[in-house]
Amino acid sequence: MRIQVSGARLLDPASGIDQICDIFIEGGKVAALGEKPSGFSVEQLIDARNLIAAPGLVDINASLREPGYGRKGNIASETRAAAGGGVTSLCCTPFTKPVLDTPAVAELILDQARDHGSSRVYPLGAFTQGLAGDHLAELVTLRDAGCVAFTNGLVPFANNRLLRHALEYASTFGLTVIFQPQDRDLAEGGIAHESAATNFRGLSGIPETAETVALARDLLLVEHSGVRAHFSQITTARGAELIARAQQRGLNVTADVAMYQLILTDEALLDFSSLYHVQPPLRSLADREGLREAVRSGVISAIASHHQPHEADAKQDPFAATEPGISSIELLLPLAMSLVQEGVLDLPTAIARLTSGPARAMGLNAGSLNVGAQADLVLFDPNGQTIAGENWLSTGSNCPFIGHCLPGRVRYTMLNGRISFKQD
Amino acid sequence: MLPQPASLIEEMAAGLNRHLAERDIQDPRFVGIHTGGVWVANSLLQAMDLADQPLGILNVSFYRDDFSRKGLHPQVRPSQLPFDIENQHLVLIDDVLMSGRTIRAALNELFDYGRPASVTLVCLLEINARELPIRPDIVGQILSLPQNQRVKLTGPEPLAIELRNLDQE
Amino acid sequence: MNPACPLQLNDHGRLRHFLSLDGLPRELLTEILDTADSFLEVGARAVKKVPLMRGMTVCNVFFENSTRTRTTFELAAKRLSADVITLNVSTSSTSKGETLTDTLRTLEAMAADMFVMRHADSGAAHFVAEHVSPNVAIINGGDGRHAHPTQGMLDMLTIRRHKGDFSQLKVAIVGDILHSRVARSNMIALRTLGCPDIRVIAPKTLLPAGLDQYGVNVYHSIEQGLKDVDVIIMLRLQRERMRSGLLPSESEFYRLFGLSEQRLALAHPEAIVMHPGPINRGVEIESSVADSPRAMILNQVTYGIAVRMAVLSMTMSGQNEQRQLDAEKAAQQQEAH
Repeated sequence: MRIQVSGARLLDPASGIDQICDIFIEGGKVAALGEKPSGFSVEQLIDARNLIAAPGLVDINASLREPGYGRKGNIASETRAAAGGGVTSLCCTPFTKPVLDTPAVAELILDQARDHGSSRVYPLGAFTQGLAGDHLAELVTLRDAGCVAFTNGLVPFANNRLLRHALEYASTFGLTVIFQPQDRDLAEGGIAHESAATNFRGLSGIPETAETVALARDLLLVEHSGVRAHFSQITTARGAELIARAQQRGLNVTADVAMYQLILTDEALLDFSSLYHVQPPLRSLADREGLREAVRSGVISAIASHHQPHEADAKQDPFAATEPGISSIELLLPLAMSLVQEGVLDLPTAIARLTSGPARAMGLNAGSLNVGAQADLVLFDPNGQTIAGENWLSTGSNCPFIGHCLPGRVRYTMLNGRISFKQD
Repeated sequence: MLPQPASLIEEMAAGLNRHLAERDIQDPRFVGIHTGGVWVANSLLQAMDLADQPLGILNVSFYRDDFSRKGLHPQVRPSQLPFDIENQHLVLIDDVLMSGRTIRAALNELFDYGRPASVTLVCLLEINARELPIRPDIVGQILSLPQNQRVKLTGPEPLAIELRNLDQE
Repeated sequence: MNPACPLQLNDHGRLRHFLSLDGLPRELLTEILDTADSFLEVGARAVKKVPLMRGMTVCNVFFENSTRTRTTFELAAKRLSADVITLNVSTSSTSKGETLTDTLRTLEAMAADMFVMRHADSGAAHFVAEHVSPNVAIINGGDGRHAHPTQGMLDMLTIRRHKGDFSQLKVAIVGDILHSRVARSNMIALRTLGCPDIRVIAPKTLLPAGLDQYGVNVYHSIEQGLKDVDVIIMLRLQRERMRSGLLPSESEFYRLFGLSEQRLALAHPEAIVMHPGPINRGVEIESSVADSPRAMILNQVTYGIAVRMAVLSMTMSGQNEQRQLDAEKAAQQQEAH
């Protein structure tokens, strides 16, 4: 199919393009930018005047809930929601049932994703068997089955020696390890950030040190083992600072932050609404400012949704008894636009943190629209609006932004030259 | 047009003395309903030369019959009955008798303290708008008011009666 | 300090639930104290009942055990002539397979007008108030570490009756502040009522972070903290604190933070001693101090009944008022069509 996307402002931070420029697509790939190639007969013309064309967003942490958690979501619904948020490539977490620690589960996920065709899915494999934190999973076998990186989520290793060996093993094969730094014992029993506000609410606190202590240990072991490391869902300003210093020392580590962590703070917990119950927790205003600064400077080069849909019951209880997580992948673009509107980030930086940044962190061939690249793109109206919740796609409605009017509106999401999502 | 409380009190004192004598009631205890009834009671006791008598104060908020509709009045003060009710003759005093519900509540409250020997009801004014079969034994003056008007006693010194238009409020 | 809590208040700013002292204006707290004074007088009569809540049903739903609080609430409701049901629900709703919301629906079917609840999770009372049908009043008898608003108010009543004007007082709270919902409610109440010198005395391990942001003065030495203080509120120390590494032993705690006669002497000569109960003799407080005339511990129980009668009746009152307001609004809308 030969497609011409006409009149959009093409914003591709990876290749440095930011100008009004037509895009010509053939066979699912970008055939040309700007001038129509000779002999190119257009079969589908998309009038994209006043829209911005960017590489399809790359979301490096989203829980699709399949296999095993059907009440919370499935690959069909969640990849559809992803497309609604402008996402064309996503990394799905291994927190499934069974855990993604065997090739069979990876294949199942990839098959399902391919069949539904709403988004490219790159599985993240479990770092340890069953995510239990002691036995190494068969990393290379999982890599060969399609896993692009490995994570143990918030579950710690049984001890530092096992962690060291695991990192050395991964390093041998050039595998990327994703850390979600949280010291289990310092965090024990905690459900919210340890701060004056949450203390007065009587909510058990997770101190900043739960993240920084684990992070410091992880950085030192990363340095020692030489493993390629990515730090995911940083929530503290101090944590961002530690990563910045490691990067300055020459350590090749990348980091991401959850989109909602750049917007919300622990003040949101004042009414005990379980919609704000997330792990790791929403932190203070000062932390949010530190994270925003780190995103601006590029210390944190990726923003991910950390999409965690839940069934209604999971959130229908007093705060401590609810399950943590926010469902937000379908708002990824509008939430990014709200940061741009607020002046937190300029648009090119915001797009970079959602495309080239995450793609590079996970070593994915995505996030750019140069000639020859896959035709994965998002066309959005920067002056439009999205009423969150109006046409909700995810199985999980556990999203505190529902009902809000957010800036920006995804008009088309295109995957491999085929439209995966469209709205007026 | 509007009566002067001072002159009414004189007449009421005389009437009450006659009433008590007729029934051979000696040494009754006086109870005023907060707030207006207490003012009237104090005035009355002065006029009867009984200023040293202990005066009971009843706050009937907890006995009203409109709780389920209107709720509790925010200015609640404790009742104070500095004497025993059991077998005691009582003179119950209020400022304005309208529907009779306040008196009903006051009687219920008094009976929760004990069993009085008798209760004589004294009111400064009666507005012809009773909804219950309760009549004062001694009353200063009976007034008939149009639907939209009410009277209010101001005090404690001097006692005065004001007319209020409901529509204006 | 904290945003107003409109969930607790009706359209006229009157109480319709009683969940937390946070965000309640000073006038409202004063009104609770004044109303409680009236109910104390009722408690001194031969017939200790008033017919205010006759025909209404109050349901005590205790997800966490407590004989003391439960019985005072029962007594308070009965003295208001209400019918009382008490349900001791299993602590873990998941162990029975029934969610809190489902338990609530079952209770609502019993047509109670009011639930008094105690739950182990902070925010449980808020959650219930948000999910229960509109005309049911929720009274928080303690939720996790968050709040115990009736205890806070009865402590304030004790202070007002025995020490008078809050704006002249120094009040010290001693012990495990971190785990105490009573301490949190007390601090909020004292601040709202204008106490200029609120002190907490405890080791760092028993103090929540950020207290100074709430205008509370922190002391780690009981000798310094108690100097010239007018009111001493002792908190209960639970055995678990030793097991979770927060304290080495009860005896060291008593050595450093126990209220002995000598330490009491550092306070104002007419200082009063309070404790939410039950007391641990020889752990928080010396026996002789607990039994001395300066200890208000038993008075607190009496005041507790009066305060709960005030809270129950004021909350029922606010619910009734709101129902009336809603009916009037509906009638007006009908007329408009």
